[in-house]
Formats: sequence, C-alpha cells, structure tokens
Amino acid sequence: MSNRTLGLALATAVGAAIAMSATANAQAPAGEKEKCFGISLAGKNDCAATGNNSCAGTSKIDHDKAAWKYVAKGTCTSTEVTLKDGSKRKGSLEPIKG
Amino acid sequence: MAASTETVRAVGALQKAFVEALLRPETPVPDGVSAATQAQRVKRFNVYRNNVHASLADAVAARFPVIERLVGEEFFRAMALVFVERYPPTSPILSQYGGTFPQFVDTFEPAQDLPYLPDVARLEWARNLAYHAADEVALEISVLGTIPPEDLDDIRLRLHPATQLIHSPFPIVSIWQTNTHDEEVRPIGTDHGAECALVTRPALDVLVTELPSLSASCIAALSAGDTLGTAVRDATTQSDAFDLATTLTLLFASGAVAEIIPPVPQPNERTTL
Amino acid sequence: MQADHQLATRVNAALPARTGVGLKPEHYREILDTQPDIGWFEVHPENYMGAGGPPHHYLERVRALYPLSLHGVGLSIGAAGPLSVDHLTRIKALIDRYDPGQFSEHLAWSTHDTTYLNDLLPLPYTRDTLDLVVDHVDEVQEYLRRRMLIENPSTYVQFSATDMSEIDFLEQIAERTGCGLLLDVNNVFVSANNHGFDPIAYIDQFPVHLIGEVHLAGHAMIDGGDDTSLLVDSHDRNVSDPVWALYTRLIQRSGPLPTLIEWDNDIPSWPVLEAEAHQADAIMTARRSNHGRLH
Repeated sequence: MSNRTLGLALATAVGAAIAMSATANAQAPAGEKEKCFGISLAGKNDCAATGNNSCAGTSKIDHDKAAWKYVAKGTCTSTEVTLKDGSKRKGSLEPIKG
Repeated sequence: MAASTETVRAVGALQKAFVEALLRPETPVPDGVSAATQAQRVKRFNVYRNNVHASLADAVAARFPVIERLVGEEFFRAMALVFVERYPPTSPILSQYGGTFPQFVDTFEPAQDLPYLPDVARLEWARNLAYHAADEVALEISVLGTIPPEDLDDIRLRLHPATQLIHSPFPIVSIWQTNTHDEEVRPIGTDHGAECALVTRPALDVLVTELPSLSASCIAALSAGDTLGTAVRDATTQSDAFDLATTLTLLFASGAVAEIIPPVPQPNERTTL
Repeated sequence: MQADHQLATRVNAALPARTGVGLKPEHYREILDTQPDIGWFEVHPENYMGAGGPPHHYLERVRALYPLSLHGVGLSIGAAGPLSVDHLTRIKALIDRYDPGQFSEHLAWSTHDTTYLNDLLPLPYTRDTLDLVVDHVDEVQEYLRRRMLIENPSTYVQFSATDMSEIDFLEQIAERTGCGLLLDVNNVFVSANNHGFDPIAYIDQFPVHLIGEVHLAGHAMIDGGDDTSLLVDSHDRNVSDPVWALYTRLIQRSGPLPTLIEWDNDIPSWPVLEAEAHQADAIMTARRSNHGRLH
C-alpha cells in the first residue's frame, strides 16, 4: 500500500470511527458513556475495603493449611476450553496426596 | 541516647525468630515469648499467625475474585496460603501485594489442569493496577477529526496510564465476564479461542474490553511508540481483515488514549523517535 | 465523577474534641451525598499510596468537608531494622496533600528485613527497646517536621525480658521525643484480659495530658487455652459495654478528646457507624454539662 493510499484509508477509517462513536453516544444515557458501547465491562464491588491495610486482628483460624484439600469446587468445571494442541479441557482438578 | 548496636542485634534476632515462627506454623513458639502455660503460649502466639495468614490471604482474594470463583473458596484459600508463606509482601502497601500471584499459579502443581488460570489472574492484576493508576483525562475520538488528514500517517498515540493489554491463547475475557457478572456462569464452549483484553480506567470504573486480535496487535504497536501509519501497515500486512475504524472506536471508547502526538516537522527524511 | 464538591476550599485540619469514624470505601458515596454530622474521618495512609483512581478521588472530596487523621500501619516503629525512607517519603507526600490534623502510628513492628507481615507485632518493654523506639520516633518527627502520636497496642503474648510497664514505656517515649499518645481504650481492655491486669487502673494511670486522640472498637473472644479466654482486637462489631464504661471513666478525667470509632471487618451500613459515633459524642456532651454544673 502506498503512503498516499494509506493516507486516504486512514482518513476514511477515522471518519467512520468518529461517526460510529457519535451514533453510540447519542443512544447512551448521560453519564454512562464509558459503558455505552456494550463492549466495555466494569467490575463489581471495586470500591470495597476487603484486602486493604488495617490495624485490626482476626479471630478466624487460618494458619493451618493441613486442613485443606486441593479439590476445585468452583465454576471452572463449566469452563471448557480448547488448548493449543487441539485437546479440550474442563476444569476438574484431582486432589493431591497429603 | 541512641540504641546500641548490641540492642539492635538482639532485638533483630528476636524478631527474626518471631517472623520464622509466624510464617511456618510447624516452628515452635520463639524463646522469650511468655504466657502462663505452654498451651497458652501456643494458643496466644497463634493469634499472630492467624492475623498474618488470614489478612494476607484475604488481600490476595480481594485482588483475584474470579480465580477464587473458578477454583472455589476452599481451593483458593489453600493456594493463597501457600503463596503467602512462600512470597510474603515486601512492601507495606497491601494493594501492591499479589503481582507475582499469576506466575505462582502458573507453577502451582495442583492448578496445572486449569491452563487458563494464570492468564485470567494476569487480567485481574491488570485491573488492580488500572484502579490505582495515575489520573488523566482520556481523549474523545472527536479529537482525531481535528488532525489534518495528511498528518494522520505520522501521529503517535500516548496511551492513558491505566491502559494495559493482556494477550492470551484462552478466552480470558469471556471467563472473566461470566464469573464477574453472572449469578450462574455460562458454560464457555470450545468455539471461544484466544482472546485479548484491553484494560482501561478513563474515570472511576475499570473497564475490560475484548479486542479482535488484529486490533490488539495494532494497539500494542501504538503503545510501543509506532506511528499510526506504521501500526496500521503492520496490522494490514498480517491480514486484510484488519478493521481500523473498529480498532479506533474501541480504543477511544474505552478511554485508552491520553494524548495525540503530532508529527515532528522534518525538513528531510522522516525519522523515528 | 462528582465535580460539584468544592475541592478548593477545605475545612480546617485540626481534629475537634468530637467523634470521628474510620473512612471505608463502602461509605464514600453515602458520606458525600448526605454529609453526616461527624467530627472527622480517619484513614490508613497505606490505602492511599497509589498514584490515582477512586481512593484519591473520594478522599479529596471527604477532606474538603471534614478534618482528617492519618493513622499509619506500615512504618514499623518497633522494628530492629531501619525505618523505610521510601515509606516515610510516601507518608510525607500524603501529609502535604491532605493536611491531616494528626499523624499516628503504633507501638509495634510489622516489617523484618524486607518482609512485611501486615500485623502489629509486639515487642518487649525494656530500656534497650525504648532506646530503639525513641530513635525511630525522633527520625519520623524530624523527617515529617511535625509531632506524631504513638498508640498502645492490643497484645496476645508477653516477653520474659519485659521489665517496664506499658504506660511507663509510652510515657518515656513521649518525654524523650516530644510525641503525643493515642490511647486505644479497646486495646487496653483486650490486653488487660489477655495478660490479667486491671484495665481501670491502666485508664486511671494513663497520662491524659499526652493524649491527642482516643480509639474505640469492638473485639472478639476466642479460646486462650487451659479454659482461659483470649480477646482479639477484631474491629468487626459494636464497642462492648465494658469498653464504653472505661471510655466514660477516661472522659470524666480527661474531658472531651477527639475519639475514633474503628470498624474494619464485616463493615456495617453507615447508620450503624454513625450511631456508635453519636454514643461517644453523648458521653463527651454529658461530661461537658456535668463539668459546667460543678463549676
């Protein structure tokens, strides 16, 4: 592609992008622009104090990891993905010994 | 009177023993720690062990809620406690603790059957970095309309400080999305292949946007300092399917651009910065 | 973004002799929207050491409306090793930015070498450890160019080497460095139970003229071994009745003091915290009117 052709393509694409954004903005309620494209997702509970520095202690017993077993009981079991080698993996985890 | 070298050494030795006993529960309570009976010494010292382990595991859980949901609370807690003992924080700023957790998960033997876990963890860590990144106004795409068309080839984009790209061979955005927003997660079928996440924070909310892979490589090139012309040429060379209009829309809509750097006037040859 | 708050004008820095509340992200919006009648707010500086984002956005707005106290948890004043100059620099930057009415830290340590344990760990009270703590308090005050407050900790173990009382230790730190003290009444009650001393005597002996700030919080009870109970400074519930009684006794003697309600785990809805704060305010108000009648 020559520089001249590329220049035209850039200008056309920029024009199209501005037009796409303007349409989406017009459809979005005020103040929610950053979410209005249906493409960007905010997380939940970002403004929570958990895991922050604190001067409090805890009465929870949590230093004895011998009580734990590595058995995944989460949502990974419904997350099936295809690996690079083409094999499929679900998220079942085998408990380890000990 | 300043503390003597001997004092510093003696207190340091006591604190070293204290730390070792805190991080390794099988270690006996250090000498010099007293209580009415041996049973009470252990019970009471264990309050500190709990405080250290529970608060640090809580901190890791707060940064990686999707990993926790993927493997379940019990597995996560066990994994986080191993991480805490092997890699305790090196800074008193707890929001910075966990940056090496994705690499740890990658090597953690019991998690090997979930190969996508480290990349989802990288996405969650990127969200944490974006949350605390420096504030800057994200540019509206309309600013591009003010650039003379003949200059577009040579402009550069400086990305917003919160902006990060996470490439993965796994559908990390889909996994993150359903585990963050859905009461019951949607099964992710085998039609979901590699996904690239664009993480941004134009205002107060951290946003996650899935990028087409050609858009991702174009944005990575822009992020590395390539001109728009070079980045677009490279992406087009990879595939004719590259869609610049969509790429620019995604980039500006997610608030990823902080500044458009105009071309430097060059009397002779174009040079790169 | 809430741009309607006037960030340019701020209320004065000084903490009033009223009740403040530990500021939690869960309550940012409600506090800014309703502007409750609370004397001041307190935060841990360590939670505001990122470059930007929501923490600074909200703290700027809260600070515009209320005085602020910075209560550090990461300086590790009681560590054998040197203070972190990086950390001091970060605290200084926050003090310059937010103009707090007080900066306080704990009589404890939390860092050893480069490992941060995220807990307030105890130290023996001896002439030697006193020298160490005094050196560190001097260094902090010189660096920050302001007086700081040191808080009595909740402790769960003791040390055979200890040969000074905690009050004596704190009083000597204040005398030698010129710092003030932060008296945590719940910590007194927790440590008194755990080590078998009389919390009333502690409150009665505490040098009230050195107190710059008082803390109140809830605690949990667990098994301490051999049929003993152990109290843990859990900050996860209401202030207990015996702690309110100790606080009332303190305020009778000292007069009203800036007092903080701390609640860091199982964070309640804002009205619950506000009610705790008003209870402490009522105790100070009663003291003011009693005092008026006596004179």
